Amino acid sequence: MQMTMSQKILAAHAGRKSVSPGELVMANLDLVLGNDITAPVAINEYRKAGASCVFDCKKIALVMDHFTPNKDIKAAEQTKKVREFAAEKKIENFFDVGTVGIEHALLPERGLVVAGDLVIGADSHTCTYGALGAFSTGVGSTDMAVGMAHGKGWFKVPRAMKFNLHGSLPKWVSGKDVILHIIGKIGVDGALYKSMEFSGPGVSSLSMDDRLCICNMAIEAGAKNGIFPVDEKTRKYMSEHSKKTPVEFSADPDADYDEVMDIDLSSLRSTVAFPHLPSNTRTFDNMPVVPIDQVVIGSCTNGRLSDLQVAARILKGRKVNPKVRTIIFPATQKIYLDALRQGLLEIFVEAGAAVSTPTCGPCLGGHMGILAKGERAVATTNRNFVGRMGHPESEVYLASPEVAAASAITGVITDPATL
Amino acid sequence: MKITGKVIRYGDNVDTDVIIPARYLNTSNPKELAAHCMEDLDPTFVKRVKAGDIMVGGVNFGCGSSREHAPIVIKESGIACVVAKSFARIFYRNAINIGLPIVEFSGEIDEGDKLEIDFDNGVIRNLSKNTQGKFPPFPGFLQKIISKGGLFPAMEELK
Repeated sequence: MQMTMSQKILAAHAGRKSVSPGELVMANLDLVLGNDITAPVAINEYRKAGASCVFDCKKIALVMDHFTPNKDIKAAEQTKKVREFAAEKKIENFFDVGTVGIEHALLPERGLVVAGDLVIGADSHTCTYGALGAFSTGVGSTDMAVGMAHGKGWFKVPRAMKFNLHGSLPKWVSGKDVILHIIGKIGVDGALYKSMEFSGPGVSSLSMDDRLCICNMAIEAGAKNGIFPVDEKTRKYMSEHSKKTPVEFSADPDADYDEVMDIDLSSLRSTVAFPHLPSNTRTFDNMPVVPIDQVVIGSCTNGRLSDLQVAARILKGRKVNPKVRTIIFPATQKIYLDALRQGLLEIFVEAGAAVSTPTCGPCLGGHMGILAKGERAVATTNRNFVGRMGHPESEVYLASPEVAAASAITGVITDPATL
Repeated sequence: MKITGKVIRYGDNVDTDVIIPARYLNTSNPKELAAHCMEDLDPTFVKRVKAGDIMVGGVNFGCGSSREHAPIVIKESGIACVVAKSFARIFYRNAINIGLPIVEFSGEIDEGDKLEIDFDNGVIRNLSKNTQGKFPPFPGFLQKIISKGGLFPAMEELK
């Protein structure tokens, strides 16, 4: 039985030699993740079921990133519930204000995920860790609760689509443009229930931050997971960040894919997803003039150091348009500190942008940058559904940090190459 | 199990942000959350929904966030079953895990139609249009979760 990379990881964790697409398996988990929105529901379920000990206090991560620093009394009660649970169960990887970062930037940085791991997280963007060669997927709070108690989860073995990457990205084009381009082609359910497996000679040209960004948005095509093969860049990243032992899996040469899509990275252009679906993409050869009110640079998709570096390159010595509220969110405390030491935060503040502590905040319309009726934002986040960043009649345009920074300066959605 | 109910119908790609906007997720209390069910797509839903109604959607129902609050508020609102052409995968497993009945079905259904859903035989009857169609039953593994009333109670047998 020829298997994809994702199928092999599932089989190994289900104690099986092979698995077939469509099969339902129970598999052992290497890490169970939850945040301040999903963990409280999981803890309710956990308590209701009368579960006592967690399966492994080292293999659970509770990350208080969504509505923190607590946006209101109710949010404070939610994090308190999780804080108490973490203390009671002696959960090692509990991250609160001061250590917290946006979960999907934080976990790889802390070395909590490595190649070959099977990870579930009660957050849809858990698919991010496929960049490291892990099988990781978003689930709900009940799955999380059961995972915390038993260290197991149920999985329908996914079919797969293969994205064969060639060439390398042009200047001002990055991982975000790759994944927006793909979602624009296949649609928001184009990979429904499937794995998106990236491969080909173009992989080696992509940075780890690009790969994390690409896998992060696999869910926006409906995918179960996104996954990259392990190469020298992955190994270097893991050895710099983790003490865990990675296990490298690779797809069989004859593995079965529903579709193989060839993508020439050098042909890609800056891409923007218009409201209200991530698949509603346009490039600048087909772009109306869109005035904007806000720019958000950050999130689990694009809040990493290289995202801030490229934004700083564009904003250096310039001023943001006075009509554009520009908010920049380093995704973790380490990224914040690195950005501080590299002088990036100074560039942002001098340009007239606000710099925030790490939080998911505006990405999901939580706090720290909510839109009023009729307002438009260019955001490096991952969803532009109705009401996602605030009022149901506001609009979110998804773009790369390059496009977001350029747009902050001009006040309209702007191709960074034209600045 | 057999249920009968009136249809409240929406289109394709009904996302979890419109099912329950994130601005209300600072609580995990189902009743409090349900007061905002469907708010950004259909502000009239909360007022008009009646216990036993059936929610119908197009393709990719429940796409977006993993928030289990989405099936929880639909269930709490009194919806007896969600019928859609396809479901986003996290919503699908969340619905099963919390015991909200869901059915994948592509036949023609309009707002206000009366449906009868026979889960044991996989038959959906549109009593208003006098038509009927089949839907595939859940695999045994998932039926066990449903019959045990959720994933936690089923784990003793499944693990």
